[in-house]
This record gives sequence, structure tokens and C-alpha cells, in this order.
Amino acid sequence: MSLVNYAAREITCKIVYYGPGRSGKTTNLHYIYNQVPQDRRGSMVSLATQTDRTLFFDFLPLDLGSISGFTTRFQLYTVPGQVYYAATRKLVLQGADGVVFIADSQRRQLEENVESMQDLHANLAEQGIDARSVPLVIQYNKQDLPRELIVDVDELDDALNFRGVPFHAGDALRGTGVFETLRSISELVLRRLSGATAPRVAAGR
Amino acid sequence: MSVLLDGRFRFDNYVVGASNRLAVAAGRAVAESPGASYNPLFIYSPSGLGKTHLIGAIGFAAKQLQPELVVEYVPLDDFVDRLHIAISSGHADAFKQLYQRVDLLLLDDVQFLTGRRETQSEMLRIFNALQGSGRQIVMASDRPPSEIADVDERLVTRLAGGLIVDISLPEYETRVAILRSKCAESEMTFATGVLEELAKMPCGSVRELQGALNRLAAHAALGDRPVTPQNVRAIVAGGRATPAFGRAAPAGDSSDEFAGFLSDISVAVAQHVEGWRVRLGERVAHWQRKGYSTAMLDRALALTEEADVDALDAAFASGVARLEQLEAQAVLLDPRLAGLDVFRDPERVAEAEARIEQAIAAHDPPPAPWPAFTIETLIAGKSNQMALRAAEASIEAPGARYNPLFVHGGTGVGKTHLVHAVGNALRRNAALSGPVACVSGSQFVDELIAALQDGTVDRWRARYRAAGALIVDDVHALAGKERSQEELFHLFNALHSAGRQLVLASDRPPSEIGELEARLRSRFDGGLVVAIQPPDRALREALYARILVDRGAGAEPGVAALLAELPVSGAAEVESVVDRVMHMARSSGGHVTMSLVRRELNAGGAATPVSVPAIADKSFLDAEKVVMEWPDLDGRVMEELR
Repeated sequence: MSLVNYAAREITCKIVYYGPGRSGKTTNLHYIYNQVPQDRRGSMVSLATQTDRTLFFDFLPLDLGSISGFTTRFQLYTVPGQVYYAATRKLVLQGADGVVFIADSQRRQLEENVESMQDLHANLAEQGIDARSVPLVIQYNKQDLPRELIVDVDELDDALNFRGVPFHAGDALRGTGVFETLRSISELVLRRLSGATAPRVAAGR
Repeated sequence: MSVLLDGRFRFDNYVVGASNRLAVAAGRAVAESPGASYNPLFIYSPSGLGKTHLIGAIGFAAKQLQPELVVEYVPLDDFVDRLHIAISSGHADAFKQLYQRVDLLLLDDVQFLTGRRETQSEMLRIFNALQGSGRQIVMASDRPPSEIADVDERLVTRLAGGLIVDISLPEYETRVAILRSKCAESEMTFATGVLEELAKMPCGSVRELQGALNRLAAHAALGDRPVTPQNVRAIVAGGRATPAFGRAAPAGDSSDEFAGFLSDISVAVAQHVEGWRVRLGERVAHWQRKGYSTAMLDRALALTEEADVDALDAAFASGVARLEQLEAQAVLLDPRLAGLDVFRDPERVAEAEARIEQAIAAHDPPPAPWPAFTIETLIAGKSNQMALRAAEASIEAPGARYNPLFVHGGTGVGKTHLVHAVGNALRRNAALSGPVACVSGSQFVDELIAALQDGTVDRWRARYRAAGALIVDDVHALAGKERSQEELFHLFNALHSAGRQLVLASDRPPSEIGELEARLRSRFDGGLVVAIQPPDRALREALYARILVDRGAGAEPGVAALLAELPVSGAAEVESVVDRVMHMARSSGGHVTMSLVRRELNAGGAATPVSVPAIADKSFLDAEKVVMEWPDLDGRVMEELR
């Protein structure tokens, strides 16, 4: 499956929300789900543990209808953030057209953010992908928390955004920055429509 | 005439772009020959994208082309009203008959069929009657048939039974074209870049676009500031009628947040989708619908550089045309060949051609070697042992050792026997990919002339091209015959490159065949050229011994050795000598004795022709010249000539 099928006039875009456990990936998807008119969204599939933390992954299909004559579908996935679900993360990452990294702005989570970002790069490298070629957007989530608990965006950006990719401050619970992030990653991904051979994460198929 | 068919809606004022090209093409096809293809034609799109214009154009064009055509445009609601009136006034049958007389029925807003069971069953009957008599139905709806809720399954099947096409949102270029065309119609002019800027803004329909254009026009007429590309967005957004235009609404207004996102995606797609890829994609879809494999075009789609879509498509189309030709030819030969994969991929034209050649060869096989000449009946001797060994090597590994094998020698030395024997042995080789073609040079020339005369050269050529091995006896007969040499040259190359065995025989080596093209001569020389000498004494004795036994001459021991004393040119002469001595023996009433043979030898030798009245036509002595297998003997009258 490729991003665009010119013969069938279809655009199918797979976006993976990556990040450490409890950073707000599923919350992002929930917010999007609630904003999308019913006829545009498929049922959100979420396999979760009893404590509501993503065990396997969330999947939200969005049908954007016909755009410029192309039937356009977005598929949003989250990966489980917990360290021990490395295999699931790799699986979900396969075939991704773009990655959104949801960082947890809490000061005590800084280390986990860095590790998760390294994990993302390691997984991409394992699949033979130059991380620099994969569209990536970062969201610094939970910026609504008290100042004393969080790291501000500039500091987070210094720690995580060594590639200088687009970033957004977020409060996924209330929706701040959620669509901006989605819009931003979509724009990056759709740029590839004009270069058919731009790489994507190896689909393994 | 319905207002819709009064000529306001025509094909020539309908802007065609990638978003509606298929629908327009199908519409034109229907207008040109209603009922012939795409019946029913089902057009769907969200409102405001030109469905009604298109079906109006179909009706108008059909009427222009065939004025006698009964064309009826009816929105579904009107249809329902008329039906109700007809039923309540007791004229339901007249209603049905009225519609059954229509040649082209244009039915708009079909989505309103939902839940109207009575209308559905009436429509089903009318559909059956119209389609049964080859009349055309065109429908327009805001959704595909499968999504029209609560409709009888049988009716859905009929709605979907022809061609379903959609009209999607026009892309940027088409939007510009539409805006320009609307401006021209209303004689409006704007500064350069204004229409382009307006077209860049996402829109939900052509009507919306028209609305935005109207707003610009109003602003230009009344406003104090001129309309420039820079203020287009502000002007349009200022009077925004629908949320589809402009940027995202402020956070918190949920539906607007998604609508804003959708708008931005639309802009991004419009910006980044390249026109040439879209056009190429359309061609891919077109050929795929026709059942062709499009790997060749798919590869071009994956290129980073812009491909020449027209050239690619033209090349593909010519491949398809050739495949169609080949398939038609194949079906004539063997109906089972219809629809083979090989006829559905323009990259496999060569393969398809090979299939045709095989089919032709199976249907009309090339001449085969004469069955009487086998390798077992050849007598080996010093004079032919090299040729024999080469022949055996060729039989053992066809095409691998000596290719071509060129055998030359004087008349009667057994070249023909040898090459036909190779042919017969090769026929027993199950691994051979086709029949063994065995033809004499003169027959080759004659066949070509006949094929040229009948215009069947392709077919004639194909018979030989499919051969698993080719044997040409008396190849010197091609000397001076340019066209035959050319055909043999191409045939030689085709078979040689495919690893098929070639065996040639001539009365002289290639270098001595006059008027032979150098390219053929060098190819003949390229394999093994081997001579068969006139039989030596030992071979002569063996030949005489066998022929005397074969003929039942009852010769005294030693006769064969005695006869072998005299040199002969070949096996044919040996047979001639045996016939002569047998004739003499019969006329003297005895057997073939030593003394009789001595007398014969002393009388002038085998080389001297003696009067043998009984054998008037020497060709009867020459097994090579006797037809072994008469085709269709049952149908022939055998006449005895005295």
C-alpha cells in the first residue's frame, strides 16, 4: 500500500503517534475522534489494559471524502509507550507515512521522553530508514499543568528536537494543539505526493 | 422540450478536468450511441458539481445527433408526482406506455427513491422494458446506488448494472478553468492572479465557487478598493456562506475544527498532487478497467521526474492494439486461446506473437521429414562418417553442438537421407519445443511465392518460426532468390537465437553457392560444414549387398564385392546398377550371377548408360524424389495411365 494510488484515485495516509507511556497519544486520538462528524470516522479501535493505558495500540480511521478527486483516508495509530512493548511499537511503525511524537512536558518525565525519542530512531534505523527522511512533528503535551511541574517548550525543544522539526505546545485533554499537530504532520506527509519515490517506513510486506 | 434540454447545458460549455473526465467521456459515448454502451449510466456526486449540467448535455447532444430520438428528462420527484396522478386517475398503464416509448431517459435526483416502494416497483418495470428494447437510461444522484437507503435489491442491481461514475471536487486547474469560463460568460474581468488565488481556496462545490466569484464581482463593482490577489481571501471570507471556505474556526467549535483541518488538507493535496501523475493515473485506471496489466505505466508513476504521459499512453495503446490483433488471430486458430493473460499485457507482445506462431504451427504444421529415411537405415562408411557423427551429436543435443550443421556433397551421396534422418530422430525428442520443419530449398521458395500471392506471408512465416528444429535440403536452390534468402535469414536468426537446431544440405559448400547473401553464407559457415564424399569401396560393397537383399535379387555370393569394384557417385547410382543387372538377369531367365555381372562390367561399366527400356523414368529409382505420403488419398481418383 502506498500513500497515493493514482489509478484508484486514493490517498491513504498512515500516521503513527509515538512517545513515552502516559504522554497523551491516545488522548490526542480521542480528541480528534470526538471532533470528527460521525459519517467521517470509523470506529476507534482501542486495546487497553484495565488501567486505561494503551496495551497494544489505538487505531482511528478517518474518511476525509473526495479531495481533488482523490478518495482520502487517514489512519491514525498510537504505539504503546511502555518500554516492554517494543515489538508492538515496531509493528505499528511499519509502513508509517509520518510520525507524531507526543512528549510529556512534566519535568520528571524528561528522561523518558529522551529515551522514547531514541527508541523511535533506533526502530527506524532497524528498519533501514533514515530518520531524517520520515516526516516528524513533535507535540509538547500537558503544557496546561502548573509551571513548577513542567519544562517549558523551549527547554523541551532543546532536549528533544535536534532535527528542528515542526513542534506544537499541547493540552490534548482540552484539544489545544491537537489539530495543529495533525495538520502539521499531514502537510509534511502530503508534500510527498509530488515526489513519488520519497521513502516511508519499510512496510515489511 | 424540457428546460434542461434547451441547449443551455452543453458539452462545450462544461469544463472538463480530472475530477469529471470519466463522467464526461461516458456521457459523450452515451449521447453518441444511446443504448449501445454503459446502460444504465449512473452519475453521482455531491450537489453543485455539475451532474445536472452533464445529463442535460447528454440529452441535448443526443437530440442534436438524432433529432428523431425521444429524449425525456425527469427529476425523480416529478416522476413520482406523475405516477401518483396517473394511478389516481386510473391511467397507470398509459403512464407506463408513455415511458416505454422513450429512447433516452434522463432521471435526476435518483436518491429520492429511498423508501418509495411503489415508485421503485414501477421503475423496475419501466427499466426492464427500456433496457430490454435497447433504450438508454441515464441517472444522476448525490450518492452511489449502494448507498441509497431502503431500495429494492433488484432495483439496486439494475442501477449498478451499467457504468457508475462519480464527479469529484474539481482540482485547482479545473477550478481556474471554471472561473475563467464563468467570467467569460458574464463578461467579467479581474486583475491577473485574482482567479488563481480564488481557485487556491478550498471549496465544497462549483456552486460555492460561483458564489465566491459573484462576491468578488460585487465587490469590484461596488467596493472602493480594487480586487487584487492579496485581498481575495479577505473579501471571500468576509461574506463566507459556508464553513468550507477559509481557515479553521477558533478552537472549541468542534465541527469547525475538523472542517478547518479538512480545508487545509484539501489545499495541501491540491498543491502537491502533480497533474501529470493524475493524468497517468487516469490512463492506468482506464487500461485496468479494460483488463490490461499496467505494470509499464505503474513504473512511470513511481518516477521522480515528470514522465511524458501522452507518449507513454500512445505506446501502451499501440501495444494494446497489437495484442487485440493477435488475440483475434489466435481465436480464429484456437478459440481456447481467447482471454489468455499474454494478450492482456503490452509488455508481453513478443510472447503473444510466439503463442500465435505456436498456434499456427499446431494448426498448419510445417512440412515434416520423410519417415522412410531414418538414421538406422544409413550405412556408415569412411566417406560419410564425419557427417554421421556430427548428425548424431546434433540429435543428442539439439542446438548445442553444431548449429547450424551444413552437409554438402554430390548428388546421390545420401545428404537428403541424412538430413531427413536427423529430422526423424529429432521428432522423437520430447524436449523439442515445436515440430521439426523439413523443407527443400525449392519448396521453401515455392511456398513463399504462394504465400505472397495469397497475402499470407505472416502465417507462412509463423509456421516455421514455431519449429523446434529446421532442416533445409538443397539450400542452394535459394541462390539468386533475394526475398527467400531474406526470409531464411530472419528465420535462421530467430531459431538460432532460441537455441533450435538447424540442419542444411547442399550440393556444394556455402562458399561455392553463387548469389548467396554474405550474411547467410557467414551464418552457414558459423556452425559445422561437413562434406559427404562419394562412397568408398567398402561402403559401396555394403550398399550393394543391402540393396541386392532388399530387392530379392537372389544374387550369388561375391556379386556385391565385384560390383563394388567400380566407383559410383552415390547410393542412387548403386540402386541404378542393381536394377540394371536384375533386369538383365530376368531377361536371360536366370539369377544375378558373377558371370552376368562380369559381362555387364566388361560391356561398359556402371558409368556407361546401357539401354534399360523397362525403366523409362529414372526418378522412380530415386527414393528422394518419390512422394511417400499422399495427403487425402480417400478423396482422390487414381487413374491408371497406359
